[in-house]
Amino acid sequence: MSTLQENDPDVLVIEAGRADRQYWLDLWRYRELFLILAWRDVAVRYKQTVIGALWAFLRPFMTMVVFTVVFGTLAKLPTEGTTPYAVLVFAGLLPWTLFSSVLNEASGSVISNSNLVSKVYFPRMIVPLATVVVALIDFLVSLVILAGLMLWYGIAPGWQILLLPFFVMLAILAAIGPSLWAASLIVHYRDFRFLIPFGVQIGLYVSPVGFSSKVVPEQFQMLYSLNPMVGVIDGFRWCILGGESPIYLPGFIASLVIIAALLVWGARSFRRSERAFADML
Amino acid sequence: MGDVVIRAENLGKQFRIGRRAEIGTVFVDVLARNMRNAMRKSVDMMKGKALIDGDVVEDFWALRNVDFEISRGEVISIIGHNGAGKTTLLKILSRIVEPTEGRLLLKGRVASLLEVGTGFHPELTGRENIFLNGAILGMTRAEVRRRFDEIVAFSGIEKFIDTPVKRYSVGMYARLAFAVAAHLESEILVIDEVLAVGDAEFQARCLNRMSEVANAGRTVLFVSHNLAAVKALTKRAIVFQSGRVYFDGPIDEAVARYATSLRRVESGRQWGKGDNSSLISADMVDADGRPTDRYEPGTPIRLKVVVETTGLRGMTLDLVLRDEHNLPVGFYSTAVFNQVSLPGHAGRYECQLALEPFWLGSGEYCFDVMTAHTNVNIDHRVDNALRFFVERCSPNDIPFNFTQADGHGAIAMRLAGPVTFTEASAPAEPPKPGQG
Repeated sequence: MSTLQENDPDVLVIEAGRADRQYWLDLWRYRELFLILAWRDVAVRYKQTVIGALWAFLRPFMTMVVFTVVFGTLAKLPTEGTTPYAVLVFAGLLPWTLFSSVLNEASGSVISNSNLVSKVYFPRMIVPLATVVVALIDFLVSLVILAGLMLWYGIAPGWQILLLPFFVMLAILAAIGPSLWAASLIVHYRDFRFLIPFGVQIGLYVSPVGFSSKVVPEQFQMLYSLNPMVGVIDGFRWCILGGESPIYLPGFIASLVIIAALLVWGARSFRRSERAFADML
Repeated sequence: MGDVVIRAENLGKQFRIGRRAEIGTVFVDVLARNMRNAMRKSVDMMKGKALIDGDVVEDFWALRNVDFEISRGEVISIIGHNGAGKTTLLKILSRIVEPTEGRLLLKGRVASLLEVGTGFHPELTGRENIFLNGAILGMTRAEVRRRFDEIVAFSGIEKFIDTPVKRYSVGMYARLAFAVAAHLESEILVIDEVLAVGDAEFQARCLNRMSEVANAGRTVLFVSHNLAAVKALTKRAIVFQSGRVYFDGPIDEAVARYATSLRRVESGRQWGKGDNSSLISADMVDADGRPTDRYEPGTPIRLKVVVETTGLRGMTLDLVLRDEHNLPVGFYSTAVFNQVSLPGHAGRYECQLALEPFWLGSGEYCFDVMTAHTNVNIDHRVDNALRFFVERCSPNDIPFNFTQADGHGAIAMRLAGPVTFTEASAPAEPPKPGQG
């Protein structure tokens, strides 16, 4: 045979608007690139700093101190039951930091890797997804601090702690949806590069990080749970503090639904616009 | 013809480009422009269209109606001047951009090398970057590991393999980058103008490696301005001009056609602008000041260049004369040769100048025109700004036509005085060593 047949499975057809049928398979095929990009981001993170990886410890620790002083001591927000305020804050800060650093890093990642995107082919989704690994490693370091803190206050977690990985996953998924959407939007309209950090900042104050979600009046609980991070943070506190911090179940389910919806929507808007990325960079 | 592995069918790619309109620097006008642009961009964003900077947005076809077929094992060069659509074609082939119309069918894994060292990270060592770059180019870790020693040996920088690449010289960086790319395993290899780096010895090694790859039966598409390399490596070439296939066939004919295609490019091309000056137009004129593209050897070369300046002092207007092989044969600079600078007041000026008569062999020539500041920093450069032809060159009314194509150069030299022959005695025997 000497001609190319369109229906030959080995033949790739490049055409305007042709959805790539093998996209998800390709994503899997390029898993090594995912790993190596993640490794690159981790490897260069603390190069040419004096105290190196110690920053991974210091940053969350300092934030925790500031929150405890400002909200616990000065504003006198109530804690939950007998839990020390520092532990309450830290248990909320951990998933929030994971969420916000994924959102901040991933949303700008296509732009900051524009040299790759405009020169080589790979499923573009790898770029924002790879940033999750860096955030996850920082998160694990913070988790060690939390363990130390609980040891210091003599708090032992219950069986609920076994469900922690599920909530970690949930925090990541909650971040990926909006991140994919923001990443594709930023490529086309750079205005959003300035809007995203601002939005994340506001998110910190409307999410139950520095306070318990129980301070929100009963009749607004459901409305409050439309913020997907409410469910994630409450779930975290429930895992770590056990019975001290029960989950508001209807609200939690609402959070789950919203996270799933954002994920689908983010992935779809990313897929739709990624074909034009190289034209815009 | 064997198996076809690449087929382009009516391929086209359209870009939208923005352009600044001619507006003065009056505050109200500038304000009005910015308002208008912000409005247009908001509307574009609402419609979900891409944002383009500039006052006037135009559609532009970088590639149009492109058809060709390439068979397994063929080595093909893609030639064309800047902006002819070569890189756009390679980007479509590499799946980086999508065509606007038509389609491209591909069979086999494509590895494309549009730049050396894509994704190299300055903070990482040479070793780490080999793995990073390999993964970016589509190699698996196992593949890189298997060929690691070969890659390092090819690059010739064993000693610095554990040094961060930010400490490398440009040459070392390029060597390492090309070494990785040279060991890609793919059925189709696409290479864009990457041999412009490195020293002559390394370039020769790269060319060798490419002919090895070609001989191993892989399909190679190769873009270069280095016509010697193109001729040495490939048998067939596709010549692009203004986004269309201008010629597709044997390499020798393609190179010849490429030279003549350069002639027709220039009309309507955007010249862009410099920081402190902008060249607007350049023409050759006859003795009466009318534009012409014919030069009569032995008469002054009269040029008319329109240039805008911000009034910065010490700006020079320079000219480079090139022959039909694009080789430089002459240079003139107003500041260096005559201490004349562009006027010191902002505005648009028409500069007339006449150069001494030359006896240029018949054929085609062009001038690059540029402005530079203190002769060092080129401010605005326009290559091939004006082309002209010499129809006949017969110094001293000789009966034949001296032409560039004879291979004796571009200039027919003339005598300054009579030729004389006087008898010269044979040289004395040199003294033998050890004597005297």
